[in-house]
Amino acid sequence: MKLSTFKSAGKLPLLLLILLVSALLLVGCGGEEKKEPAEKAAAPEAPAKITLKLAMDADPVSLDPHVQLSGGMLQFSHMVFDSLVRYDQDMNFVPRLAEKWERIDDLTMRFHLRKGVKFHSGNDFTADDVVFTVDRLKKSEDYKGLFEPFVGAKAVDAHTVDLITKKPYGLVLNMATYVFPMDSKFYSGTDDKGKAKDTIVKTDYSFANENESGTGPFMVTHREQGVKTVFTRFADYWDKTGNVEEIVLSPIKNDATRVAALLSGDVDFIMPVPPQDLERIDSTEGLKLVTMSGSRIITFQLNQKRNPALADTKVRLAMAYAYDNNGVVEKIMKGFATAAGQMSPKGYVGHNEALAPRYDLEKAKALMAESGYPDGFEATMIAPNNRYVNDEKIAEAFVSMMSKIGIKISLKTMPKAQYWDEFDAQAADIQLIGWHSDTEDSGNFYEFLSMCRNTETGYGQYNSGNYCNAKVDELTLAAQTETDPAKRAADCQEVEKIQYDEAGFIPLHWQNLSWASKANMNTEEVVNVMNFPYFGDMVVK
Amino acid sequence: MFAFTVKRILQAVIVMLIISFIGFAIKHNFGDPVRDLVGQRVTPAERAQIRERLGLNDPFMVQYVRFLGNAVQGDLGQSYFFKKPASEVIIKKAPATLELVFCAALIIVVLSIPLGIYAAIKPKSLFSRFVMSGSIVGVSMPVFLTAILLIYIFSVELHWLPSYGRGETVRLFGWWDSGLLTLDGLKHLIMPSIALSSIMLPLFIRLIRSEMMEVLESEYVKYAWAKGIKPRRVWLVHAFKNTLLPVITVGGVQLGIMVAFTILTETVFQWQGMGSMFIESVERSDTSLMVAYLVFVGIIFVLVNTAVDIIYGLVNPTVRVAGRQ
Repeated sequence: MKLSTFKSAGKLPLLLLILLVSALLLVGCGGEEKKEPAEKAAAPEAPAKITLKLAMDADPVSLDPHVQLSGGMLQFSHMVFDSLVRYDQDMNFVPRLAEKWERIDDLTMRFHLRKGVKFHSGNDFTADDVVFTVDRLKKSEDYKGLFEPFVGAKAVDAHTVDLITKKPYGLVLNMATYVFPMDSKFYSGTDDKGKAKDTIVKTDYSFANENESGTGPFMVTHREQGVKTVFTRFADYWDKTGNVEEIVLSPIKNDATRVAALLSGDVDFIMPVPPQDLERIDSTEGLKLVTMSGSRIITFQLNQKRNPALADTKVRLAMAYAYDNNGVVEKIMKGFATAAGQMSPKGYVGHNEALAPRYDLEKAKALMAESGYPDGFEATMIAPNNRYVNDEKIAEAFVSMMSKIGIKISLKTMPKAQYWDEFDAQAADIQLIGWHSDTEDSGNFYEFLSMCRNTETGYGQYNSGNYCNAKVDELTLAAQTETDPAKRAADCQEVEKIQYDEAGFIPLHWQNLSWASKANMNTEEVVNVMNFPYFGDMVVK
Repeated sequence: MFAFTVKRILQAVIVMLIISFIGFAIKHNFGDPVRDLVGQRVTPAERAQIRERLGLNDPFMVQYVRFLGNAVQGDLGQSYFFKKPASEVIIKKAPATLELVFCAALIIVVLSIPLGIYAAIKPKSLFSRFVMSGSIVGVSMPVFLTAILLIYIFSVELHWLPSYGRGETVRLFGWWDSGLLTLDGLKHLIMPSIALSSIMLPLFIRLIRSEMMEVLESEYVKYAWAKGIKPRRVWLVHAFKNTLLPVITVGGVQLGIMVAFTILTETVFQWQGMGSMFIESVERSDTSLMVAYLVFVGIIFVLVNTAVDIIYGLVNPTVRVAGRQ
């Protein structure tokens, strides 16, 4: 009995072995043979349909544009929806669904809508859809803050709509770039689960999270979240500029893999391009690299309440002089950033040409000697290590630069998942934060980063330095209701000047943006400083 | 068999409880999932409201007991990012990982056995030395480096194999997306499986070789030689069979570890399985999904080790599974 079991079992592994070896051989040979037919098959397909294979570091979290205010969702919105107006590359407003607009009075802006526009569902686009969309924006957790100054939208006739504000407001057009009209008929009523179709749900099922009907250049025809999204050209789209018929979006999170996918020809377009691979792509034949100075400012905030030394203006100025913006941009960012002396990048109303980075170590030492802390002091600092480009290295460079003027900093870095709670709690004297203005306007920087902290109004919500200057507050608030662009610009530029002179914080640089694609595309024409490539306008030759 | 099964289930339950508790303790200290769900201008008060709505403000034990109560009914919580039940997300992603592990295991079994045996029989031959020194290199090279190298050589330079993803898949049984049945899917599988197998393969070659060499020195093998049995039979039937016992034990444990190693491989190849899903859920603080993954992997560990115990009994009849008659 025992012997027989032994024998039969003995044959088993042998048999298995033979089976497996042959299986491997098959797989191996199969792999070799497969290449050719696949390539042959790919070649004749190309002229039939123009497909853009797009790889980004993430894919849209939802199909509902109002579920989250983030770069990714806005990129998605520009593909599937279309806004009333949008920015061109020089930050001018250009007509989209609104053909023209005029100011009726201090509180009212009138938009004349494009006629004959259809939604993906086949419904006609009218003023009612704009009213519906603005109402919905005012309900969205993420957007209601931005649309707080608005009373709402009012339809004048089928193709005319007024945006009405509570007080005179200078940023009506900026906000109109966020109005991506949604199909009011499509999103009304209840779905088969008995839930209202227009509800905005962040963490669970909702009709709008999984279905879309916009007026944009592409319709979502297939979506597997985190794996693949297929966008198909909307045949009735009114703007015939672009010729891409299909976009296949795959999220590729790993930087090296994303670049390899482009280099190997598996994808046609990648964003973002990791800084270490810029040269490689630029020098590769058949590929095209486009970079642009961005508008996200990276700053160190110096907490004046937590550490008395940082309340000394001379100390803060000394630190600003001791920080070598250009050195960091060159050595750490590999030239892939623009050194900053202020918050507002070029093109913003508040950008003050006179405020340049001011590295001067001798001057910094002199200022320290004059300050209340000639022998230096100690401070704590925290920074994220996976939020901004090279954030950890930048923080380390800052620590070593400050040590030259006698400031001993103990730095702690952490992943962004933990960082923001620590940031809010003001866990350290010096904290790093990057900021992109939602409104593409300077005022937004001041409202969140440099106005006096006020928990009631919410101003200064991310001002963990507790920098507070009544004049900054006054000018920022004045700019909000100022509708004369020249006056607004003067106010905002004065704010930048005050902050610069007092070194309210230390501005580092604006991160650059980057896109890479095959050379036969007009990539340089569709990208912009907001990082919302207008794929609807993309032309593949 | 009955006693064995009961014992196993009991063990599994205890293991699951421990894993879920640890997972939950981590989750509780992992930062705020709400951060990743809202834009920068949403106020702290509104964030607090969302936290309240999601039940994240309750004390640790309250949340844990609620989680256990739901888990018993098969509900592992809600993935905030995918906006779906976590178990549904994991089941959708599991086939990708399991197929990857299967192919890597196949490569390991098919290569390590003949190579290990050969290196034991002819330890002095040039080929054996080559294999052994090669295995040292393999063991000391991190998976992500192997993976990047493979991509660089076969995708970027040679354009032979696709660089990322699973390619074309076929849906089986209504839910299992398989890449094993299409040419495109198989091509996508080659590099990730090689990368994943690269850690374990050298280990198994060395293990089989040393076990085999030990067995070849034993009395009964010498006796078999003396009887004049053919070399092939001595090697493969007499010696190799006893080599297998420790190999299976180690293999069971390693298969579980391999599931964990998929995290690295999947991240590099953008392989849409549970591993990359886990790492992304960590980055997004999608805590329910994290805990669900840990529980699910725990189940796999328990299942694999149970299977190993049973196979062990089959291969070596002198070892009886406890409780089996």
